[in-house]
Amino acid sequence: MENNIFELQYAMDTFYFLVCGALVMWMAAGFSMLEAGLVRSKNTAEILTKNVALFAIACTMYMIVGYEIMYDGGYFLSGITTVAGMDDAAVAGVLKDSAEAGFGGDSVYSGASDFFFQVVFVATAMSIVSGAVAERMKLWAFLVFAVVMTGFIYPMEGSWTWNGDSVFGLFELSYSDYAGSGIVHMAGAAAALAGVLLLGPRLGKYTKDGKVNAIVGANMPLATLGTFILWMGWFGFNGGSTLKLGGIAVANEVANVFLNTNAAAAGGLIAALVIARIIFGKADLTMALNGALAGLVAITAEPADPTPLAATIIGAVGGAIVVFSIIFLDKIKIDDPVGAISVHGVVGFFGVMVVPVTDADATYGGQLVGAATIFGWVFITSLITWFVIKMIMGIRVSEEEEYEGVDIGECGLEAYPEFVSSK
Amino acid sequence: MKLVTAIIKPFKLDDVREALSEIGVQGITVTEVKGFGRQKGHTELYRGAEYVVDFLPKVKIEAAVSADLLDQVLDAITKSAHTGKIGDGKIFVYDLQQAIRIRTGESGPEAL
Repeated sequence: MENNIFELQYAMDTFYFLVCGALVMWMAAGFSMLEAGLVRSKNTAEILTKNVALFAIACTMYMIVGYEIMYDGGYFLSGITTVAGMDDAAVAGVLKDSAEAGFGGDSVYSGASDFFFQVVFVATAMSIVSGAVAERMKLWAFLVFAVVMTGFIYPMEGSWTWNGDSVFGLFELSYSDYAGSGIVHMAGAAAALAGVLLLGPRLGKYTKDGKVNAIVGANMPLATLGTFILWMGWFGFNGGSTLKLGGIAVANEVANVFLNTNAAAAGGLIAALVIARIIFGKADLTMALNGALAGLVAITAEPADPTPLAATIIGAVGGAIVVFSIIFLDKIKIDDPVGAISVHGVVGFFGVMVVPVTDADATYGGQLVGAATIFGWVFITSLITWFVIKMIMGIRVSEEEEYEGVDIGECGLEAYPEFVSSK
Repeated sequence: MKLVTAIIKPFKLDDVREALSEIGVQGITVTEVKGFGRQKGHTELYRGAEYVVDFLPKVKIEAAVSADLLDQVLDAITKSAHTGKIGDGKIFVYDLQQAIRIRTGESGPEAL
């Protein structure tokens, strides 16, 4: 009878992992729609191509080497129990592990479900990059970077944090990041920042006398849909990071994670909307959307411990930070069409640093060292990678191609061929 | 005969049409146009950065009227298209040499 319960627990925890993984996979659709909405229509097909291709590359690279580097899961997932491998002896082994862990202990679940859940996080980190470098980066240069980022750069920092490996044998991190405000979001933003610095702003973004021009996104309904899809996917992102569902205490934690994740998004949206209305005089929808995402990023480092009120406030602070961060980055000529560096980088760092407020086990020093390690590693290795790609094949399209739109130049097709362009 | 061309705010079109038909104008031609005046377009805000809209959408109305109706027409358009804010538009008046009704072949004021 006890074994039957352990079998069910294994099944439930595996199933929960898979469903959450599928929700996070759907965030790729959210990023695609958000970015398609915030770029100009002449660059839509290319940004969509980047988003679908980076997802496929992330899944493939993480299978080949990434999972081995990060979790010692074997090259080509050789460490994962196959269907044939789950024989009677293996089942007995799992039951023994479950009995040792006890019902409230560490989760015991299928290794294949663990890979599936981890791999969609890699894709999320990479999706962050595509928005920041949109409308001017060469498609293939971006995809080459995706190979390095998802196969090496991300798995390395992931192994130091979530897997607890020492950093090149030098030191170990004492760093708490529940679902990856720093490990996933700030890491993606650090890679994006390195790319944007080497790439430069879009043509026409800044006038010769230094004035900032707005380059208006083509499709607000798509941007809004993308934000809602991300918001929904985030329940898998944070909720699944509990790593387990079976047991009263754990199930209650999962429910609180869902609740807090939602509360933070709401708080972030309200804060950004109100602040945009106050300082611009208009309720800028794109800022409200970035505010919701900022709230989600802010709560991701610790979505379980805060009270619902605290989660709302953490989200609201994230939503406030993102508005000022976007304005500031615009001023210092870091051109980020979708606000990815602000949403995921600046607010990701805030999310990491706010953990000790609600989680007594985390320290400010530990969080700071962890965040600095992640940012330093990802930023420097990304900068080198972008630089090498720039030397070999170039990272920026020609001025003429940028003016015509990268849809025609890179993909040979338009997103909306039957629309008459106004420009 | 006179040709009256008025550039007005798009949302005032219905008011102007009504005012003109009340005083007996038999027909008008309407075109959606874009342009700028003394304000040289206007600026809008996106994500905290300004951008200039060079050409604002307007509606152009053309009405061919008999000379004795001209003052009434100008008065009707001025009153019905008026908001008192920047961008209310302008009216231009031309002498009209000839008008022909294609279906009947009538010409001159009878064709209006």
